[in-house]
Amino acid sequence: MQKILVIGAGHGAGQLLDSLRRGGCEDSITLVGEESWLPYHRPPLSKKFLSGEMSQERLAFRPENFYTRNQIVTRLSCRAVSLDRSAGCVELDTGEWLPFDRLAIATGARVRVLPMPGAALGGVHYLRGIDDARRLQGDWADKQEVCIIGGGFIGLEVAASARAQGKNVTVVEAQGRLMARAISPAMSDYFLKTHIARGTRVLLNAAVEEVLGDNGRVSALRFSDGRELPVDVVVVGIGVLPNQELAADAGLASDNGIMVDEFAQTSDPRIVAFGDCSNHPNALLGRRLRLESVHNAVEQAKTAAASLMGQKLAYNQIPWFWSDQFECKLQTVGLSEGCDRVVQRGNPQAGKFSLFCFRDEELLAVESINSAGDHMVGRKLLVARVYPTRQQAADADFELKSLL
Amino acid sequence: MPTITLIAHTGETHTVQVEVGTTVMEAAINNAVDGIIGECGGCCSCATCHCYIDSRWLDKIPVRGDLESEMLEFASSQAGPNSRLACQVEITNDLDGLVVSLPETQL
Repeated sequence: MQKILVIGAGHGAGQLLDSLRRGGCEDSITLVGEESWLPYHRPPLSKKFLSGEMSQERLAFRPENFYTRNQIVTRLSCRAVSLDRSAGCVELDTGEWLPFDRLAIATGARVRVLPMPGAALGGVHYLRGIDDARRLQGDWADKQEVCIIGGGFIGLEVAASARAQGKNVTVVEAQGRLMARAISPAMSDYFLKTHIARGTRVLLNAAVEEVLGDNGRVSALRFSDGRELPVDVVVVGIGVLPNQELAADAGLASDNGIMVDEFAQTSDPRIVAFGDCSNHPNALLGRRLRLESVHNAVEQAKTAAASLMGQKLAYNQIPWFWSDQFECKLQTVGLSEGCDRVVQRGNPQAGKFSLFCFRDEELLAVESINSAGDHMVGRKLLVARVYPTRQQAADADFELKSLL
Repeated sequence: MPTITLIAHTGETHTVQVEVGTTVMEAAINNAVDGIIGECGGCCSCATCHCYIDSRWLDKIPVRGDLESEMLEFASSQAGPNSRLACQVEITNDLDGLVVSLPETQL
């Protein structure tokens, strides 16, 4: 019996295990995870889990008996520290070496740490895992002034959760608009207005220079212009870095993620990598990407599982994301970067609309607020490369489905 | 705890106990019933937990929301009047005995 070793126990790893066993793989499988939890859904951490509406049990990707039933050995609370490719072993921080015939690397990403004095003070939080969310919940329960550094998806979801709990919230964003990396300027503007309307203070183009403290705990933030903002709790959401070191240190090609091909294969044929830690080609978009999303983790995991079983299932996906902030469900498909014309469909005043982002006649992305139909049709249009005209996209009476 | 029955497209039936407050999607995932994927984890974002509610139970379940209806229009298997996204159907004591059929495919 061959040995498959899976390093990383996030959503993608869970999907990989499911796909392997469902696909009839009878090899021995060992899962190594740094956290003490089996694979779970991370998205609720900044939303329903943080607000206390969802129990930890309900985050589980699969129930515990899935792992025993499928004869998957789990090694939680241990970290892989080195990879010896010639010996076919991975070293754990416990000092053990685990042998493998084939290796799956799904080490994900880690939060980017605030690079300034005072960043290690008590009351400064990050949000990546269950333990982070629990610490934040416990800490802010009796506190009022919350500052979020970083106006991206995580920061804004946390901001919305904090406002919903009646806290005073300030979002500090270094760039000139919110979620700049993920959505179009017009959609950023809609979210800016939404957060302001719900009582959140949003500071754009604002650079925090120092976290000030009192008795080892954060008390204020000092900005580059000298202003100070008193705070009780800080949540930092300024992006993530791919956990590529295990692979890179073992000589696997890595550059903003572990380099893989469309079959999730690394430069070593025995080793696959997928999810947030991988830099992969996207044939539909004609370029390489490194994505931080559930959809990508799941689809690449299916591709990686096929490769581990000696099959070929090329990754061929248009990226999609979602975010829930207050009453807005944002669903985006495609990447709007580089778009030169944005067409609105629906009614922003009614909180239900979509932005169709074009470059010339080519549809690049559809960003929807509470408009799941537009989102779903957008997914199909982009995969099929069938583009509506801008007039059709803007005309809410025109059935986009009819183009498919 | 209410008991519900999930019928796979192949005809295989699973009768399982579910906690009040959880969803039909979770019942399927937690009991290893094939035919429900639930990629987004249950927040009405992916349309991979499409199911058909036995018509006798329809009036005991809150009607579907706009978002859910729109997602269902694009489900891989044809949606009907008794179609729901399983993640949006919360188990209550009134649903003891609920019968749910699963479609051929979710993708």
